[in-house]
Amino acid sequence: MIDYLLTEEQQMIRDLARQITDEKIRPVAAEHDKSEKFPWEIMKVMAQSDLFGVYIEQKYGGLGGGVFELCLATEEFSKGCAGIAICYSASALGAYPIILFGTEEQKQKYLPSIAKGERLAAFGLTEPAAGSDASALQTTAVKQGDHYVLNGVKHFITNGGDAEIYTIIAMTDKTKGARGASLFVVEKGTPGFSFGKKEDKLGIRASSTRELIFDNCKVPKENLLGKEGMGFIAAMKTFDMSRPGIGAQAVGIAQGALDEAVKYSKQRKQFDRSISTFQGIQWMLADMATEVEASRALVYASAREVDAGKKNVGVHSAMAKLYASDVAMKVTTDAVQIFGGYGYMKEYPAEKYMRDAKITQIYEGTNQIQRNIIGLGLIKESAR
Amino acid sequence: MSGITVYKDKCIGCSLCVKTCPFDAITLVDKKAVIDLDKCTLCSSCVEACRKTNAIEIIRETTRTPDIEKYKGVWVFVEQKRGVVQPVAFELLGKARELADKLDVEVAAVLLGHNVKEKAQELIERGADTVYVADDPKLEHFLDEPYARILANLIRKHRPEILLSPATSIGRSVVSRVAVQLRVGLTADCTALDVNLDERFLLQTRPAFGGNIMATILSRHHRPQLATVRHKVMKELPPDLSRKGRIDALTFDRSFFTSRTKVLEVVDSVMATVNITEANVIVSGGRAMGGAANFKMLEDLAGVLNGAVGASRAAIDEGWLPYAHQVGQTGKTVCPKVYIACGISGQIQHLVGMQSSDIIIAINRDASAPIFSVANYGIVGDIFEVVPLLTKKFKQVV
Amino acid sequence: MNVIVCIKQVPDTTEVRIDPVTKNLVREGVKSIINPFDAYAIEEGVRLKEKFGGKVTAVTMGPPQAEMVLREAISLGCDDAILVSDRAFAGSDTLATGYTLSKAVAKIKDYDLIICGKQAIDGDTAQVGPGVAAMLDIPQITYVRKINDVKDGEITAERSTEEGYEVVQTKLPCLITVVKEINTPRLPSLKGKMKAKSAVIQAWKAVDIEAEPDRIGLKGSPTEVWKIFTPPARAQGQIFQGEAQASVDQLVDSLKGLLY
Repeated sequence: MIDYLLTEEQQMIRDLARQITDEKIRPVAAEHDKSEKFPWEIMKVMAQSDLFGVYIEQKYGGLGGGVFELCLATEEFSKGCAGIAICYSASALGAYPIILFGTEEQKQKYLPSIAKGERLAAFGLTEPAAGSDASALQTTAVKQGDHYVLNGVKHFITNGGDAEIYTIIAMTDKTKGARGASLFVVEKGTPGFSFGKKEDKLGIRASSTRELIFDNCKVPKENLLGKEGMGFIAAMKTFDMSRPGIGAQAVGIAQGALDEAVKYSKQRKQFDRSISTFQGIQWMLADMATEVEASRALVYASAREVDAGKKNVGVHSAMAKLYASDVAMKVTTDAVQIFGGYGYMKEYPAEKYMRDAKITQIYEGTNQIQRNIIGLGLIKESAR
Repeated sequence: MSGITVYKDKCIGCSLCVKTCPFDAITLVDKKAVIDLDKCTLCSSCVEACRKTNAIEIIRETTRTPDIEKYKGVWVFVEQKRGVVQPVAFELLGKARELADKLDVEVAAVLLGHNVKEKAQELIERGADTVYVADDPKLEHFLDEPYARILANLIRKHRPEILLSPATSIGRSVVSRVAVQLRVGLTADCTALDVNLDERFLLQTRPAFGGNIMATILSRHHRPQLATVRHKVMKELPPDLSRKGRIDALTFDRSFFTSRTKVLEVVDSVMATVNITEANVIVSGGRAMGGAANFKMLEDLAGVLNGAVGASRAAIDEGWLPYAHQVGQTGKTVCPKVYIACGISGQIQHLVGMQSSDIIIAINRDASAPIFSVANYGIVGDIFEVVPLLTKKFKQVV
Repeated sequence: MNVIVCIKQVPDTTEVRIDPVTKNLVREGVKSIINPFDAYAIEEGVRLKEKFGGKVTAVTMGPPQAEMVLREAISLGCDDAILVSDRAFAGSDTLATGYTLSKAVAKIKDYDLIICGKQAIDGDTAQVGPGVAAMLDIPQITYVRKINDVKDGEITAERSTEEGYEVVQTKLPCLITVVKEINTPRLPSLKGKMKAKSAVIQAWKAVDIEAEPDRIGLKGSPTEVWKIFTPPARAQGQIFQGEAQASVDQLVDSLKGLLY
């Protein structure tokens, strides 16, 4: 691995996340993948180790780091199990709108318990009819006196049902399209807020994905984040922050698969020698390693750019997410190939990485949407 | 002056000592070994590594037990539970007899407990010449303080040269306290014992570094020489009903029985019907057992062979069996006649706990599992198929 | 409730290997770790502190680099750490080590409970804990698998035995040694790690603990290592492959005379 000149604190975060991965996550990864049981016991370990607070300001009980610190932890966890890792990083996705747009009061109310890992957060944007086209949202929020009434259904929500704090996009003015969306904090247990069934997924099966159902759900007006109509912009800004995290997840998955492939190629004997002695295998491994390192470099660079407070980080964070997730898909597929027939069997670790990798090309903006963002950015820049 | 010395003229710069030093205390400077005394713990690994060249020496200057030549006899601390003498006591008596015959001295057994008097004769039949018995209601349960106090008192009075104790939870606790009270050496967990007849010292051999090496320990200048000894390694003598000996029933002042500690309750674990450290046959299961219910299969096999059920750390961590069944580094060290490992891959942490078993049988579906490297016999196959067949087959022949 | 935890830095014995040619122990590249049983001792001490208040002091005797395990102990929740280190301690056997640690404990003075791991994985003696208790003339409970209660100057605990366990009560101050079953040690926290990095570790020498020169190091150690050797390797075993029934038959045949 390239030396990314981490600070001492960043090294501690990485080492601790690695220790949790090796000692706590790896031994249970296959079991959670099979049972789809939510990994509460791991969440507790992460919480006790202060890792839920790495990206939250110290005055709210965090460690005062940023997206980069979040990426370091997410990458390590993903090496062991991307499903468990996403439970961790999805909480950050739910928290970012509060960090970015919350008032001091809102931050004081929600961030300390998120930083301590006492409560998980989740972000609710996607709806059955509104995936890549976020302007087609159907969920509404109607202001009535000192509260808003929410109606509608969100689906494919990571941490749905297990999180306590939800940041939800709903239309306060449908006539304005995307400019009529607003952002709310809804707590689990609010009357009229319930959950649909847990989805049965191809990968990241340790994580929970559910529908959020709002049926005349009354939310106090203090729970509006930012101003009415800012919802869509807020979602895009949130994704700018979170995309490097998905990239880090992809890097972790790819690195995990690569490590297993290297290990296996040394053990596996065919024609009386380890298959790692074959040039054909070595070249595959060489390409895999190079691509993983390249995606890591891109992810780290974009995370650091976000943390540095640069404007218009969208194109670079889209590049990081796009490239790292495509690499993860390719590398994990190659890892299965190196494992041969064993790679196709659930008893061996390779196929899980491949199943887990696929989602990184899809969620938090499909890779097609990422290309749109990058493409549009290029055209805009050239027009200046 | 005590300390470690490298004889520069002898050192050939072979670097064996550098590689072997557990504390990275040795470096080669101008092709000669140099020892960093801040790091060195005088563990003597390097002296051993340099045995051929003999360029490193540890010189020790030590205190001595006064009147050392007056210490005579080999003693055994007899472990009893609920008035039943534990089998390991007979093993130790067998060894004590052998050592005492070489040294031409007597064997004495020390039996502490309540309602144990009548067991003394059996100890004579098993090799003791004298049995010191302290029989008192206050000694019913093992308690560190009175047991240690009485043992130390008897030793001061009769001055044996050797005391053997089982390396059990009781033996290791009490003899450690006795060693401190007498300020003498104690060697833990011995697997081989012999005597040097010239200087009459006990050669105490024990595994160290997780069983990777064996070390022979001496206590040249102190008496008695205390050793705790593992189960199942020493040979007991068959009972000889014609043997005669002396039973010395002791009475002690009440002050000997005071204890700040009291036993409130004794609970035997449900499944530990056979104690794994005492068992002749152990059938152990690992992660591949897949669940607590499947251990029934191992109980069946153990039942046929009159054995006990053990487990690897992985299986214990899953909660399939209580901790008392765990074999390995963080569990128990066992050395049965036959150890049958079912679905245990054989990580080093497990191997250190069972590799001194006489016969190891491994059953695993992965032919490259490390357990096969220590196995005398192995079957490559699915435990769920092989174990029931094995049980059936043993039922026919045993 | 003030707790002292005695810990030891040990080589990770699972990584130690034997040089196939020289038959020597090869320690090159082997990590030094906190003795695994001591991790349970630290965790139990920290849990007692969390429940009853007070503080946890970690003590180790060893070479200067043993400071590392003390920092780790702080990252796991210990408040103070003391390194008992002196060239004069080199060569200590369990008797001299027990004495030295007891002198350090006596200097700390203010404690209710001493917790040790049941044994260290390099020596596997289980002698030092009881030795410290005997030197200090305090009661001990060895092989503790659960602390049931601590109140009115007494501790009640479950002591593991070969058959199960016994419930034992004793007066404080006392020393206990703990087995793995007692808890699951937590991982360090980031805040703990940061505290550990900047913590000041007290270093005590022989004179600081007023140790008698005759009772420490080589001179205070009645036992000596006379010979170290590699245990004879097990002969290559007989491995049966193929059809299960045939393998079972062959195996049981081979055991004739041994088991039946």
